[in-house]
Amino acid sequence: MRTNNEEKCQHALKDLYNVYDPEIGLNIVDLGLVYEINFDEVQQGVDCFMTLTSQFCPMGEAITQDVTDSLSGSFPGLKVQVNLTFDPPWDVSRITPEGKEFLGH
Amino acid sequence: MIISGLQKTTNHKVVLPFYVYAAFGYLAGTLLLLVSTEVAGAHPFNPQALAITHTMALAWGTMIIFGASHQLLPVLIEGKLDSDLLAHLTFWFAALGIPLLVYGFYTFDVGFPLQAGALLVNLAVVFYLINVLRSSFKSGKRNVHAWFVTTATLWLFATTLLGGVLVLNFSADLLTRSSVEYLSLHAHLGIVGWFLLLVIGVGSRLIPMFLISKYTSNATLWWIFALLNLALVSFSCLYFGGHPDEFFFLPVLCGVGAILLFGRYCYKAFQIRIRKQVDQQVKTSLISVAQMLLPLLVLVFALTFVDRMAFLYGFCIFFGWLTAIILGMTFKTMPFIVWNRVYHNKAHQGKTPAPKDLFDEKIYKVMLCSYLGGFVLFISGILLLSPWVLKVGALALVGSAVLYVWNVVLTVRHRSGAGISN
Repeated sequence: MRTNNEEKCQHALKDLYNVYDPEIGLNIVDLGLVYEINFDEVQQGVDCFMTLTSQFCPMGEAITQDVTDSLSGSFPGLKVQVNLTFDPPWDVSRITPEGKEFLGH
Repeated sequence: MIISGLQKTTNHKVVLPFYVYAAFGYLAGTLLLLVSTEVAGAHPFNPQALAITHTMALAWGTMIIFGASHQLLPVLIEGKLDSDLLAHLTFWFAALGIPLLVYGFYTFDVGFPLQAGALLVNLAVVFYLINVLRSSFKSGKRNVHAWFVTTATLWLFATTLLGGVLVLNFSADLLTRSSVEYLSLHAHLGIVGWFLLLVIGVGSRLIPMFLISKYTSNATLWWIFALLNLALVSFSCLYFGGHPDEFFFLPVLCGVGAILLFGRYCYKAFQIRIRKQVDQQVKTSLISVAQMLLPLLVLVFALTFVDRMAFLYGFCIFFGWLTAIILGMTFKTMPFIVWNRVYHNKAHQGKTPAPKDLFDEKIYKVMLCSYLGGFVLFISGILLLSPWVLKVGALALVGSAVLYVWNVVLTVRHRSGAGISN
C-alpha cells in the first residue's frame, strides 16, 4: 500500500481496520482491499484507492459506503473520494499474515 | 463524498420474489409427495409423479436458480443485468404458469390448465433467455462461467420448448410417437443441460470464493463443459436415431466424467482454502456434490438390473442433489441480498449484524437433520416397498420444508432494528 502523508495515513488506516467485509468478517485492510491512501493538502481531500474481491461484489456498495463514512468521520472538512480499481485484481495472496491467522490458516 | 468505479448489483426487488416463491414450491413438492407416496412403486411417468417432478423442477429448482442467477449473473459475466423488467416478467409468467401446469398434470387434464401453464412457462423462459443473452453480449466477457450460464439457458429453452410440444401432443398428434416416449429426453435435457450445467458453472465460481481458495483451473472447467455438452448432444442423437440401449452408456460416461472432474475441482479448492472454518451452508453444498453421483449409480443399476428404479433415480436428483445444494446456497446468498437492502448505507452507524445472523442457525440445523433423515428414509421406503417408511420419510421432508419456509420468511422480513446493537 502506498501513502504520501505518513501520520495522516496511519490514522486513516487505523480507521479502515474497523471496516469489515460482512461475509468474511475480516477488516478490509487485512483482507488486502486497500491499495493506496493519498492526502491532497491543496485540494483539501483524501483519496482512497481500493478494490473488492470481485467486480460485481454484492457487498461493494456497503463496503465503499462504510469506508467513506469512516474517513469522513475522522477527517471532517476533507473531501473524501473512494476510487475502486480492479487493476490489479484482488486475489488471496493480498491477505496479510494477520488476516490469514484470523481465517484459521 | 464520491465513490467511483462502483458497479450496481441487481435490485433486491427483482431477486427476492423468486426465493419466496421457491420456498413455497419446495413445501408444495413435499406435500404432494406425502399425499402421493404410492407413486414410488408406480410407473415413473404417471400423473402424480409428473406433478411432483414439475413442482420440484420448476417451482423449487428453477425459480430459485432464476432468483440467484439474476443476482449472480453480473458476478459471473462481469457485467450488469440487462433488464429488470424482463426479470419481473420472467417471475410473473412462471409464477402463474407453474401452478396451472402442475394442476394439469395432477388431474391429467390435458386441455386448458396444462396448455396455458406450458405456454406461460415457455414465455417466462424466453424472457429469461433474452435477458441472459443480452447481458452476456453487452458485458463482452467470455469467461468459462459465462459460457456455462448462457449454454445452460439455451438447454433450458430447448427443454421447455420440447415440454410445450409434448403437452400439445397429448391432445393433437404433432409427433410420430406418444409424448410419454419423449419424456426421458425432455427430463435429461432439463436435468443435465439446465440444472447440472448451471450449478457447476455457478458453483465453480462460488465455492472457491466462499472458501477463499487460491485454486482455479479453467482447463478442468472447459473439460467439464465439453463433456456435459457432448453427453447431451450424443444422448439426443441416440434418442432420435433409435439406437440400442448399450449405446446410451456413452452419454452416461461423459456425465460421470464431468461430475468426477467437478468433484475433484471442489476437493482441490477445499484442500488449499485459506478459510479453515467452513460454515454449515458451504458444507451442505459440498455434500450435494457427492450426492451428484448417487443418481448415476442408480441409473447404471436401473439400466442393468431393475426397471422400477426410475422413480428412485428421479427422487435422488430432485429431492437429493438439487435440494441439498439449494438448501445450502439459499442461506449463503439470500441473507446478502436482504443485508444489502437493510444495511448498505448503515454499516458505519453502529454495529450491524453479519448476513449469516439474519437467519436462525438452529432452525437451519434442525431443517438439515429433518431433510437428511427424510431423504434416507424415503429411499429406504422405495427399496423396501414399505408404505409406512415412505410416509415417515415424506413427513420428515415436509418438516424440512416447513422449517426452510420459516427461515426464508424470517430472513426476508428482517428489519434494521432487529439486528443493530449499539
